[in-house]
Amino acid sequence: MNTANGLPLLLAYAAIVCTLLSGAVSLFAVRRHPGFLHFGSFLFLFLAGAASIAAGGWALLAHLTLTDQLAFGLPWLKWHLRLDPLSGFFLVLLGTLVTAASLYGPSYTREYTHGKAPQPLPPLGVFTATFVLGMQMLLLADDALVFMIFWEIMSLSGYFLVAYQHQHAANRHAAFLYLLLAHVGALVILLSFGVLAAFGGGLTFDQMRATHLAPLWATLAFLFAFLGFGTKAGMVPLHVWLPDAHPVAPSHISALMSGAMLKMGIYGIVRVSYDLIGEVRWEWGLLVLVIGTASALLGVLYALMQHDLKRLLAYHSIENIGIILMGLGMSMIFLGTGHKILGTLGLVAALYHTLNHALFKGLLFLGAGAVLYRTHERDLERMGGLIHRMPVTAFMFLVGSVAISALPPFNGFVSEWLTFQTALQAPALENGVLRTMIPISAALLALTGALAAACFVKAFGIAFLGKPRSRRVAHAREVPIGMQGGMALLAVLCLLLGVFPTSVIMAMAPITQLLVQDSLPSAAAQGWLWLTPISPQVASYSAPLVLIAIVVVFGLGFLLLKRGAVPARRCYPWDCGFGRLTSRMEYTSTAFTQPIRRVFGAVWKVDEAVETTAGAGPIPRVTGIRHHLHVQDWSWLKVYQPIGRLVLAAARRIGFIQTGNIHTYLKYSLATLLLLLWIVSL
Amino acid sequence: MYQIIKQILKTGIKTETPPQPDEALRVEVRNLQEQILRHVGSALAIRCVDAGSCNGCELEIQALNNAYYNIGGLGIHFVASPRHADMLLVTGPVSRHMEIALKRTYDATPEPKLVVAVGDCGCNGGLFGESYASSGKISNVIPVDVAVPGCPPTPTAILQGILTAVTGGLKARAI
Amino acid sequence: MNSQSIAWTLAAAQTLLFILAAPLLAGWVKRVKCHLQNRAAPAVWQPYRDLAKLIKKNLVLAENASWLFRAVPYIVFGATLLAAAAVPLIAVHLPTSAIADVIVLVGFFALARFFTALAALDIGTAFGGMGASREMTVAALAEPAMLMAVFTLAMTAHSTNLSVATETVLQAGLVLRPSFLFALLALLMVAVAECGRIPVDNPATHLELTMLHEAMILEYNGRHLALIEWAAQIKLMIYAVLIIDFFFPWGIASEFSASALSVGVLAVTAKLMLLAMLLVVWETVLAKMRLFRVPQFLGFAFLLALLGMLTNVVLETGG
Repeated sequence: MNTANGLPLLLAYAAIVCTLLSGAVSLFAVRRHPGFLHFGSFLFLFLAGAASIAAGGWALLAHLTLTDQLAFGLPWLKWHLRLDPLSGFFLVLLGTLVTAASLYGPSYTREYTHGKAPQPLPPLGVFTATFVLGMQMLLLADDALVFMIFWEIMSLSGYFLVAYQHQHAANRHAAFLYLLLAHVGALVILLSFGVLAAFGGGLTFDQMRATHLAPLWATLAFLFAFLGFGTKAGMVPLHVWLPDAHPVAPSHISALMSGAMLKMGIYGIVRVSYDLIGEVRWEWGLLVLVIGTASALLGVLYALMQHDLKRLLAYHSIENIGIILMGLGMSMIFLGTGHKILGTLGLVAALYHTLNHALFKGLLFLGAGAVLYRTHERDLERMGGLIHRMPVTAFMFLVGSVAISALPPFNGFVSEWLTFQTALQAPALENGVLRTMIPISAALLALTGALAAACFVKAFGIAFLGKPRSRRVAHAREVPIGMQGGMALLAVLCLLLGVFPTSVIMAMAPITQLLVQDSLPSAAAQGWLWLTPISPQVASYSAPLVLIAIVVVFGLGFLLLKRGAVPARRCYPWDCGFGRLTSRMEYTSTAFTQPIRRVFGAVWKVDEAVETTAGAGPIPRVTGIRHHLHVQDWSWLKVYQPIGRLVLAAARRIGFIQTGNIHTYLKYSLATLLLLLWIVSL
Repeated sequence: MYQIIKQILKTGIKTETPPQPDEALRVEVRNLQEQILRHVGSALAIRCVDAGSCNGCELEIQALNNAYYNIGGLGIHFVASPRHADMLLVTGPVSRHMEIALKRTYDATPEPKLVVAVGDCGCNGGLFGESYASSGKISNVIPVDVAVPGCPPTPTAILQGILTAVTGGLKARAI
Repeated sequence: MNSQSIAWTLAAAQTLLFILAAPLLAGWVKRVKCHLQNRAAPAVWQPYRDLAKLIKKNLVLAENASWLFRAVPYIVFGATLLAAAAVPLIAVHLPTSAIADVIVLVGFFALARFFTALAALDIGTAFGGMGASREMTVAALAEPAMLMAVFTLAMTAHSTNLSVATETVLQAGLVLRPSFLFALLALLMVAVAECGRIPVDNPATHLELTMLHEAMILEYNGRHLALIEWAAQIKLMIYAVLIIDFFFPWGIASEFSASALSVGVLAVTAKLMLLAMLLVVWETVLAKMRLFRVPQFLGFAFLLALLGMLTNVVLETGG
């Protein structure tokens, strides 16, 4: 390995060493020395993030592919590592989130030392470090062993982080569910690697790449990979762990989990299908598209019904993973039918949305954490008016909300636009069924986008606007500068990625060159000002001009209209003249989504009841009315509970072999021994 | 639908000529700048406030919206919120329960604003006068520009009052 | 270089004409409606007087109105102005059409609606909450229909760029496409829903329980209200011009000569007047639906658009 060319890989190693150091330092962060965590551990984590960005960005922009072998692991199987543009892209994503979380973390974790329910800090630091380490190493992995080892390390660290505040039974339950599904997923991924390794003749990715699989085995490998990685990514119906696990973790960890860990699932799918298996088939794309559409729609509909802010954000992660899968699915369909440029477009759209989602979801979780830090509230129904008390947090959350609602000129809009443009190329296909299904899924994507906007009007409006609905929220203060800095970093990136999409797509060209041996030359054909993914005739979008126009209108409006105007008079809000407007008279989050609940009623299991307490007597006088609303996920009732019942029933049936009698067990041992002797003798 | 269209075309435009303003109806002269009055007068937004009236005046006000009196044809329209309004059209002897509401509505209206009191109840308390239940004339509660007497006043009289309020002593504009 | 600057100047002039003509269209709609109600109408330029008066009025703000409340009218107007810049009014091939295609146009309207809904929630009264909730629901239901109609058109024109799509239809001549017919009906229904016209919303109602769009702006006044009202008028004109461009573009200028441009102006004026008369007859004949019938209305629009897309795939695309 040439040192000069291998500098990006050295930077990656430096990032890993910094992560390890951050974990080691936090071991010293006992009660009397919390500074070790705040200033030592998070500092190293910041350096790790910065180094990851540098390493990944270098590999991506310089179109480098570097490999290395480390002498760990098994005697005949060293650890193979590889830094190529795809890993580089995801390393940049991970590094950005880690950097933002490390700016945010020192102030946020003060809650665990000074708050009402103190927690020990060393576990937090150590498991954060192993979590980040797991993700960094699995991105660098070039053989199945390294990949699985660090996948497991990532999942297990996630468990401990989710169960950090283990005093509450709900948190333990959420952590257990997370661990269960993570392991089911890991098992399935292992099966996928098993198929690939069996035909490849070895566990290294190079061997898997070199093999050409028969369609049946390729499909099997793909299905296992899709299901396994999809469980981690959180696609429907394997999503049930997400809404429970993400809210209960510490907020900067939720940001990392939702922003980075889910993307590891996407990385896995892309790596296995496009790189290891090689030739994607359009049938796989159809499956991915259908599941992606279902995830997107169901994710956003479930998110609308939540009034726990972090749970709402977790369901939105499911929705955005669905959108990414839609992009991937369309890409596979186009590649499988021989339309390489269009397949590249779909892949670019999906990867762009991956990066965008990491940024804006990280920002939103950090914002929710900021609110939680100051008000100890997660319930939207108890928030309100925070824009006056926490202006910076409100502004950052607004940026995140506008970005996730796919509104110009922020980044969410660009990736959704690219996904729509990919879908609009459906007429290039010959298969009539595909040409019908892709526009339908695009229409459902439009519905998803509009519902997501509605959900974030609700989330931002109820939490930050209006009047405070509880005492603690009425007395909230702004968060410390560190937390503001973490959020600001992500907000600025959201804007930059929205205003310079052409530069980003050009930067992503090495990835598509690596995976499909093609890129989008036409995207920047008109210069950095215009984004023309296919050709200027087909579609063009100029994000910088949009931003400039909005700013100019603002400026002109202020100049022309405010000139010579009398200052505004402050008055009470128009409330029909009767005054005494309290926060109880405002719209609540449940009220806001009531029309949608009525229109889309079949999607949830809704238990709604109105309980009236009336006094006794000849004419009953109503003394109280209570409204009960319980909205549940159908997948629990239709999928998981039946599976659970089946497993328990099967276990009970098989359990009859456990007689408790030592003689029976000795008979089992004897029978097994005889059987094995007979087999060996064959 | 064909029948309706045929009927519409057969009936034609039924609007009558609007009345001229009458300064005799004015209660107080306010120094609203002529410029502003010209703007407000050409595009007036009215908010109706029922401060305890028997709804007799309301029916007459409602008649202003029909094809004969056609207040819309003069560029005047009724709005849903006092924030959008230039003029408050107040009826009734301001029952005690509506006193605060009327004051708050007046406060909520942005300047420049005008107030027209409609009906005998609004002008001088009418049948009810000042009592434990009503405040009497509307100018007891908020400043009034023009008062239109009558129980109830005809739509023409109400329109005359409105136009007097917006012309403010100027020559009646050619409509 | 010179032709570039001519093109940009023309584009700026077209945008200015667009936003200045929007109140005129609203005035024409009012005029026709009044005549259909057998009453004398105010002058066609009455909306200009309304806007001028609103700008001159003093501003009243609620005590708890935040900076967002004050900024929203400018954001809404800016987004709507950008949308107007992208739609070809009198000429195709203008550079502003390349800034945004029809999906970005939908994005601009979504941006305006998002911020209007936030401003409605800012004050903390129930009016705002109700208006925001209903508006976002109706908008969410209208999006799939709108996109499906756009798809059908883009599949024929092989482009989402408004200029290119208009030109394609222009050059194809008088061709009867069943997919276009379905898409036209769907787009008309979606335009009615998005612009808040009867039967989805009554722009002239005073009853808060029947309001969708109006409930969000009950707190606005003065120059803020002027910007928002103007933006609503521009939005109606944008949808009208969009329908004209996609389905009846004949007369629009393909070159920048004076004669072609004047023909373009006359053509679009005549078509807008006709479309406005159609809207007025529709509004006079129909009554406002209750809120929970709107999903059926928009579902029907989606079905029409879907039929249009299927007709395109099955009948019109030859493999």
